[in-house]
Amino acid sequence: MATLHVLIVDDEPGIRSGIRRILGNYSVGYAFMDEDFDFNLIDAGTGEEAIDILNQQKVDVVLLDNKLPGMDGIEVLEYINKQSYDLAVMMITSYASLDLAIKATRNGAFNFMPKPFTPQELRASIENVAKHLYLKRMTRKMQAEGKQIRFQFLSVLSHELKSPINAVEGYLKMMQEKQLGEKIEDYDKMIDRSLARLKGMRNLIMDLLDLTKIESGKKERKLREIELGAIARTAMDTMEPYSIQKNVKISLKTNGNTYLLADADEMEIVFNNLISNAVKYNRDNGKVDVSIDDQQQQIVVSVADTGIGMSEEDLEKIFQDFVRIKNSKTKEITGSGLGLSITKKMVEQYNGSIQVNSTPDVGTTFIVSLPRN
Amino acid sequence: MSNEKKLILIVDDDADYLFQMEAMVKNLGFRVKTAESQAEAEKVLETTRPDLAIFDLMMENEDSGFILSYKAKRKYPEMPIIMASAATAETGYSFDLYNDNNKGWIKADLYLEKGIRSDQLHREINKLLKL
Repeated sequence: MATLHVLIVDDEPGIRSGIRRILGNYSVGYAFMDEDFDFNLIDAGTGEEAIDILNQQKVDVVLLDNKLPGMDGIEVLEYINKQSYDLAVMMITSYASLDLAIKATRNGAFNFMPKPFTPQELRASIENVAKHLYLKRMTRKMQAEGKQIRFQFLSVLSHELKSPINAVEGYLKMMQEKQLGEKIEDYDKMIDRSLARLKGMRNLIMDLLDLTKIESGKKERKLREIELGAIARTAMDTMEPYSIQKNVKISLKTNGNTYLLADADEMEIVFNNLISNAVKYNRDNGKVDVSIDDQQQQIVVSVADTGIGMSEEDLEKIFQDFVRIKNSKTKEITGSGLGLSITKKMVEQYNGSIQVNSTPDVGTTFIVSLPRN
Repeated sequence: MSNEKKLILIVDDDADYLFQMEAMVKNLGFRVKTAESQAEAEKVLETTRPDLAIFDLMMENEDSGFILSYKAKRKYPEMPIIMASAATAETGYSFDLYNDNNKGWIKADLYLEKGIRSDQLHREINKLLKL
């Protein structure tokens, strides 16, 4: 049970005790709330007294009469707004002063309640206020958590960007100090490694741009009927220099042309990521089998390699941002750790799903299902 | 003992950084042993008692360095440990992840941001080794 602190501001003791009676043993609960709310009631006979109380203790709801002996309700409301307290104000007004009620809601009162009111009316109003407060606070909490996730992402990102900078900087310093002597050839390894790290950084930035496009949703998607076989072949061609180096043979199996209403760039990202992984994490002289199976209701794309495979434990993590499987077999392989996270997000934008099966030292198969429409 | 060169174990999963640190520390006049992962370092520690160890924080897992540090201190309570990380100390990220309960068992003697200059590192190592 959570308690909402309700401050009753009214100069008539009868009204205050009436409200006490009505709300004293009342509680509200909603299916979407974790817990019910009950009410702790606090009295104030004047606006000045109300402000003293607000400055001293936590108040969630203010039931505020406008006609008060000193400062009036509207002035109390203005004060509350100025202090930006996290609370909801409900004005209590007589039927005659509807103008005032409108003015009050315009000034930030949550709602108003005409006087005299029945116990049911009061309970219904307080229920609404409780719901409003709950949702407002929950939203704020979730926004804060969203920021937290963002912050962690940026922290890991800065780690991923700093590592190559540190590496390259370190090599440059060693060259500056001529640690290996005067001959430039002796620094070949350092130069190669520096270039490799810079390339990795460039790839990370490219992946990051893909990810930003998904997350901002700002990039205009150009949906048209595209042929997935052609997209797959483009991705295979892109990987060719690397697959030739490793002597990995990539083959494509389709049942005719497969058309899907999709954005060509986005589909290219999916195929590029899956096929480049299948080559990168393959063994020398291995193979990659890409298949596109048109099952009418959905299209199933699978990319199977004969590579190093992954453990069960690894499989659970691979779709997360910046996750790279680190072991002796992956030591020489560069990557941003974003490719699969991007691929999954992309596939999900098409209401599709991605699955993976893997056996260490045998190979890995990624299966993407893309529903039609 | 004082005539013999001190042995420093350096553990980092970034091969380039490891190579550079090894060169730097050797240049300072120490012997160096390296390992590229928490697991490999644990194996080294089974048979070797380094005079000082420098651990990277994020290796197999984002807290590998902490766990390695804990295990190393359990085996060799007197061995000084430097935790080096490229994690952004300025954002407090690495410490954000680990609440106060966990901090109690993180046994590193010193935290260093990666990219430290050779003379700074030398000073810190000497301090920890009481040279």
